[in-house]
Amino acid sequence: MANLEENRIIASNLVYTYPEAKKNAVDDVSMRVKRGEFLAILGHNGSGKSTLAKLFNALYVPTDGTVWVCGLDTRDDDLVFDIRQHAGMVFQNPDNQIVATVVEEDVAFGLENNGVPPAEIRVRIDEALRAVNMSAFAKKAPHMLSGGQKQRVAIAGVLAMKPDVIILDESTAMLDPSGRQEVMNTVHRLNEEEGISVVIITHYMAEAATADYVIVMDEGKIAMSGTPREVFRQVERVRALGLDVPPMTDLAHMLRADGLSIREDVLTVDEMVEEVCRLSSKM
Amino acid sequence: MSLVIENVNYVYMSGGPYETHALHDISLTIEDGEFVGLIGHTGSGKSTLVQHLNGLLKPTSGRILVDGLDLSDKATDKRAIRRKVGLVFQYPENQLFEETVEKDIAFGPKNLGLDAAEIDRRVREAMRRVAIDYDAIHDRSVFELSGGQMRRVAIAGVLAMEPQVLVLDEPCAGLDPRGREEILGLIRALHRESGATIVMVSHSMDDVASLAGRVIVMNHGRVAMDGTPREVFARGEELRAIGLDVPQAVELAERLRERGLDIPQGVYQMEELRAAIAAAVGKGKRHA
Repeated sequence: MANLEENRIIASNLVYTYPEAKKNAVDDVSMRVKRGEFLAILGHNGSGKSTLAKLFNALYVPTDGTVWVCGLDTRDDDLVFDIRQHAGMVFQNPDNQIVATVVEEDVAFGLENNGVPPAEIRVRIDEALRAVNMSAFAKKAPHMLSGGQKQRVAIAGVLAMKPDVIILDESTAMLDPSGRQEVMNTVHRLNEEEGISVVIITHYMAEAATADYVIVMDEGKIAMSGTPREVFRQVERVRALGLDVPPMTDLAHMLRADGLSIREDVLTVDEMVEEVCRLSSKM
Repeated sequence: MSLVIENVNYVYMSGGPYETHALHDISLTIEDGEFVGLIGHTGSGKSTLVQHLNGLLKPTSGRILVDGLDLSDKATDKRAIRRKVGLVFQYPENQLFEETVEKDIAFGPKNLGLDAAEIDRRVREAMRRVAIDYDAIHDRSVFELSGGQMRRVAIAGVLAMEPQVLVLDEPCAGLDPRGREEILGLIRALHRESGATIVMVSHSMDDVASLAGRVIVMNHGRVAMDGTPREVFARGEELRAIGLDVPQAVELAERLRERGLDIPQGVYQMEELRAAIAAAVGKGKRHA
């Protein structure tokens, strides 16, 4: 088995078939999530990306093949709670995953269930809420929070378990642009400062563009993978898989079609500004 | 058909500790056939406003006129208004409930007491408009469909009422890029073909920039801006100050102007910017 220290999640020839389904939702996927990596998984609806995410913390058990989470085999029933402590998941709907009536009690929920001593729980709640910038809301009722704030509380609940990997399954899909930004800033900071590996499942190409590595799923298989630059420069292929490219990559390709010699792997507005200025000064 | 909103205020949980003034003295006229993009961050009052447009919410003060009829007037037939103003809620597929696609779409027209032939005509027409193949799908369960298909069936259910004004609250929320393109495409076609008045609530500046002829920006229950996309998106600083984005084309145009490139003011669509960049860079070429 590959080096555990460097790989938080290893999937080997992973297959998952829903009961009575004719096709495999995940079909012979092998991949890994490295220590400290920020990974984005893309794919149109029904491509298998959410199923894959659910296999990563033992919500689903493989039909065939194996998933190791920090060395733990998800097929082993006795390890389920350990696995979920190592790999925490944040879901799509902010209103479906908060269980308590006070923010800090919600964050404590998993800790209490795992029998963490009360003094330790206090410390972890404070740390987790501080890490998502929600300390000021510790005593508030969750229903008074915005969608972005609720998702940050959900992330704090996962963080309090001191996970090695956080998985966000379309956790920004129901948020407005500022809520999305809050959540993305939070997970990027946790990734950079705490070294926590992050896996995001997303439809937003701009979010994927900020990842270290991108995997595109199609028909349950990995159709493309690479850095965001390597993946998105293949505009036609990405589109054929039912996805978009970031708007600036799209513009770069239009300008190239107009005969301008702009790099084809532009991802951000900053990069586009530099490219256009480079061209205009050269001429 | 026009919509007139006159000095509308809306206060909820009045008198309690959580009393909220959701709408402050809103006055707007939306003309027949307009395509209005309504934007604002969460809590700005935009969803509250659209729920006033077909009488789901009643203004605390002020009035709403639909096609000249006052919604707060007791004599006004509310059901007739709801037939004229179709409202597609957020995540409308959560409200699908019938056994088959056809029955779900037919539910509204059936309640109008139309005869079977007319109901059938409306169902087929609504399905055509949302690009769902009648023969292949009509007797399927709505729960066998993909997320994008369910969304389209839910929209078809509203279209089958043949409304003259269509109000859509975040019609693309939660869809994948292909699903989004499909929904935006059918809304665009609907506006062109039927000439219906459309009010679309959206968080996506890029979607609004590509579709709307008029943009209304809400902030703290007030109308903060109202104009063509060109006018509104030229006010990038103010939009950012109230927590909104500008379309990426606008941001790039601003940044290129700062760097001394000759990009005309008011560019907000990617195609326009493409031409402007080609022209600006090309101009440099001739000087050299």
